[in-house]
Amino acid sequence: MSYKAKFKVWRGEGGEGKLEDFTVEVNEGEVVLDIIHRLQATQAPDLAVRWNCKAGKCGSCSMEINGKPRLGCMTRMSTFEEDETITVTPMRTFPVIKDLVTDVSFNYQKAREIPSFTPPADVRPGEYRMKQVDVERSQEFRKCIECFMCNNVCHVIRDHEENKPAFAGPRFLMRIAELDMHPYDVAERKDSAQEQHGLGYCNITKCCTEVCPEHIKITDNALIPMKERVVDRKYDPLVWLGNKIFRRKS
Amino acid sequence: MTQTTPESPVRRQRAQIKVRTLRTDNWWLAPLLTFLGLSSFLVYGVWAIFDGSYYYAPSEYIAPFSSPCLATSCPEGARFLGLAPFGDWYTLPPGLLILGLPGGFRLTCYYYRKSYYRSFWLSPPACAVQEPHGKYSGETRFPLIIQNIHRYFFYAAIAIGLILAYDAVLALIHTPTGLGTWILILNAVLINLYTLSCHSCRHITAGRLNHFSRHPVRYKAWTFVSKLNAKHQPLAWASMFSVMGADFYVRLVAKGIVNFPFA
Repeated sequence: MSYKAKFKVWRGEGGEGKLEDFTVEVNEGEVVLDIIHRLQATQAPDLAVRWNCKAGKCGSCSMEINGKPRLGCMTRMSTFEEDETITVTPMRTFPVIKDLVTDVSFNYQKAREIPSFTPPADVRPGEYRMKQVDVERSQEFRKCIECFMCNNVCHVIRDHEENKPAFAGPRFLMRIAELDMHPYDVAERKDSAQEQHGLGYCNITKCCTEVCPEHIKITDNALIPMKERVVDRKYDPLVWLGNKIFRRKS
Repeated sequence: MTQTTPESPVRRQRAQIKVRTLRTDNWWLAPLLTFLGLSSFLVYGVWAIFDGSYYYAPSEYIAPFSSPCLATSCPEGARFLGLAPFGDWYTLPPGLLILGLPGGFRLTCYYYRKSYYRSFWLSPPACAVQEPHGKYSGETRFPLIIQNIHRYFFYAAIAIGLILAYDAVLALIHTPTGLGTWILILNAVLINLYTLSCHSCRHITAGRLNHFSRHPVRYKAWTFVSKLNAKHQPLAWASMFSVMGADFYVRLVAKGIVNFPFA
């Protein structure tokens, strides 16, 4: 069964632009990205959209559909009413290059600011021995497809551009948690998470978890455990005393 | 990143959409219900502190908001283990002595923080809905940096949970067929499950470790707490309403308003 759907799509460059109205054919089983492609093919050949795998695994087609951050390729048209007007806009936290394509270089810069995996100096590649239970917590975070919807939805930078220099966003705070939980990582992560990457800005309102297309429990399994580790390090006098008495490292 | 102000050139390069949100669903409903739920708890708590009918001697029921009762003004049977460490000088309601502990536990709880940041402070009211505040520093500075003491309230909440369980057992011994006894038991179970499902508890059991395999017992405990932790939100609400319900029921019995057999 096909029908004509009403779409409003953001068109513009560098922030300037407007929502344009389209009426476009929708067929059974299609997703929003299919409709955007049909618009390109029939009505708006210069409409810019970033996409790649159409399988929810590359993280390219992040956009906002009816105001919610979604992957265009994973949002079924059957979830909308046939008479509903569907609004498609670019991610609102990042600068617009053109139409639905945003400049996500903020995320790559934040990724570079995090020191990479740092094994002990006396352990050489090939000598790592870990049990599954020791690494499976971190493995959940490796499911990330770098769609950056968590950083897009996080109000710390979405509503406050001025916080961008100080806040890495949930994606990269999760990366810090992944490394800090790794049994062979010896780099200092806790102080830097709080002081340099802005973990304290997170007020755990869980929007990052809500929008994650991989269903990673970002807040419960990464951000809150990392906050607790920072408390161990910086704010808990009993842990500090215990570390002194038993001469523990952290 | 060079941009530092909301009106910076890079900020203007974002899609200039002038509405707070383009969401078309009922995004306002959840924060509204949360606001009403938490407000009812606050209003009830203030009333309960100043209400004097918190103990019903014949059945050994004590209202959870007033337990443990530690003041000299507490009826003798209501005193926790018969103790009254606060002398005659303390004349305020006994509930005031202890409510700060479970109250602080809930105030600094990671779930409640989410709920009241969203519903009271609108920061943000819902995902992808613009918040109304011009500036935001989160939990980086005073006063919100104090949220980091959550684990100390957790230690206190463990003690309070055990005391509520003790109260329920006392009621069970004295009035095994009383409806109030089973309400107190249900409440004690929910309160203790909520306490154990806490994120700080999860961290303390083994979350802070990087080598689970070297601590198999703590890993087992962490696995159990993690399962509870996934239910932290429903447990927070269930225990909040159960403690209000149990407290209110005991007061109704103590006032004689509820006086049917097996009450």
